[in-house]
Amino acid sequence: MTLPDVKGKLIAVEGLDGSGKSTQLHLLQRWLESEGVKVFFTEWNSSEIVRLATRKGKKRKLLTPSTFSLIHATDFGDRYERQILPLLQAGYVVLADRYMFTAFARDVVRGCDPEWVRSVYAFAIPPDITFYFRVPLETALDRILSGRPSLKYFEAGMDLSLSADPYESFRLFQGRILDQYERMKDEYGFRTIDATRAIREQHYEIRELLRGLIDFPAYMKPAEAG
Amino acid sequence: MAAKTYGRVIPNLDLDSLNGKLLVVEGADGSGRTTQIELLRAWLESRGYAVDVVGLRRSSLVSEELNEAKKNLILGLHTLTLFYATDFADQLENKIIPALRAGFIVLADRYVYTLMARAVVRGADRTWIESLYSVALVPDAVIYLNVEPEVLIQRTLQKSPSLDYWESGMDLGLSRDMFTSFMKFQKLMQAEFRRMQKVYGFDIVNGNRSVDRIALALRKRVERVLEGAEHGEVEGVRGEGDGGHRGDVRPAIAGAGGEVERAGDGGAQAGIDRGPYEAPAAPPRSR
Repeated sequence: MTLPDVKGKLIAVEGLDGSGKSTQLHLLQRWLESEGVKVFFTEWNSSEIVRLATRKGKKRKLLTPSTFSLIHATDFGDRYERQILPLLQAGYVVLADRYMFTAFARDVVRGCDPEWVRSVYAFAIPPDITFYFRVPLETALDRILSGRPSLKYFEAGMDLSLSADPYESFRLFQGRILDQYERMKDEYGFRTIDATRAIREQHYEIRELLRGLIDFPAYMKPAEAG
Repeated sequence: MAAKTYGRVIPNLDLDSLNGKLLVVEGADGSGRTTQIELLRAWLESRGYAVDVVGLRRSSLVSEELNEAKKNLILGLHTLTLFYATDFADQLENKIIPALRAGFIVLADRYVYTLMARAVVRGADRTWIESLYSVALVPDAVIYLNVEPEVLIQRTLQKSPSLDYWESGMDLGLSRDMFTSFMKFQKLMQAEFRRMQKVYGFDIVNGNRSVDRIALALRKRVERVLEGAEHGEVEGVRGEGDGGHRGDVRPAIAGAGGEVERAGDGGAQAGIDRGPYEAPAAPPRSR
């Protein structure tokens, strides 16, 4: 499939819940903005149009692995076609909190054919760089579960029938997702970040990596008129 | 016999013991498709077959949202295609498969082929769309009602004196006036169906004719499928009349010869062996 050439840069973060990736992406966004770079932030599962359908499907537990996969692909497609792609074409740095690899991990854990899931997303440009925030399973689980949050049905992977206890189900589910990320990191050339380190330390490593990747003057906001 | 898909299988889907038959009728709006489905349903039910009708945009999961989104004309090509695919998968798992398992004849008022043709005509990558729908169940028969755009537009305007935005392909920018756009779009769709017919082995039925003649052609084709079901695919062999509904088969097909164009003698079944599924494009890697 031929994908368009774009001026912008696409940066994605991936990793387990509790890996600290969203915190890092937020810091990255603040830094780029302060440098005067044109930045756009987008997160998984946030399309306005598709959200109602997704919410209904989740609430009523109507989703099967295949419809779970396709409805998230639809959500991604909407954000991609109306925001991510046009902004990349306009020369923005687009920051994606989770990208297609989240689908590859979750849908495959739910039993979808890995090649099929990958082909569903073949219409989208892959990131210029994907940061993979790598933490041991227990660290991520501790960060999420220490507050005893109420886990939602699909979030806990309850649809997989791994355990009747949501917390145990979440542990097993996250473990399987971690296996998928570990497999993908070489397949897709993820830039692995050791996410057990101090937040600021990770952030400065990311700054360094991006300085080598992005020619900042080319992505600056235009000077204000007048 | 286990059912087949076009290459990929949805998780947790048991393809064994699907005792029913999946019959698909494809064709543009105004091709007489829905009328013919209703006639087929009545005819099959009168002969004692349990029938279920499915169609596009009828899933409990996303049909409302999909209708809403279509009204607003804001979805991109891939998004709309994926929305339809979600609707299809939901119906496949929750309606079509359970009905087939229960031994129903499932009449599909359009199936994945319309969705594929629309997407390709709008510029989607063919390999992408084929891979997306490779999870679809291979029907026992696919009948395409082929109607010339000139006839289509007359029938459409007779029903309602305005043209539908999507059926006219207005989003493609083929022409600013709806009539010209409709004609151009329907020609493109027709060409795509002709192309797909070679891959998937549809039966193309000349839909320019009267309702009765088309109905006769459809029955003949459906009868062949049902005979296969009851007599192990032996062509031309029919159950001895026992006074029951099977005995009614004979008169229905009289005089219907030569009404169905076929792509060789394999029909829809040939599509299975040839396997239209191609491996998807290499998955994306970091640039």
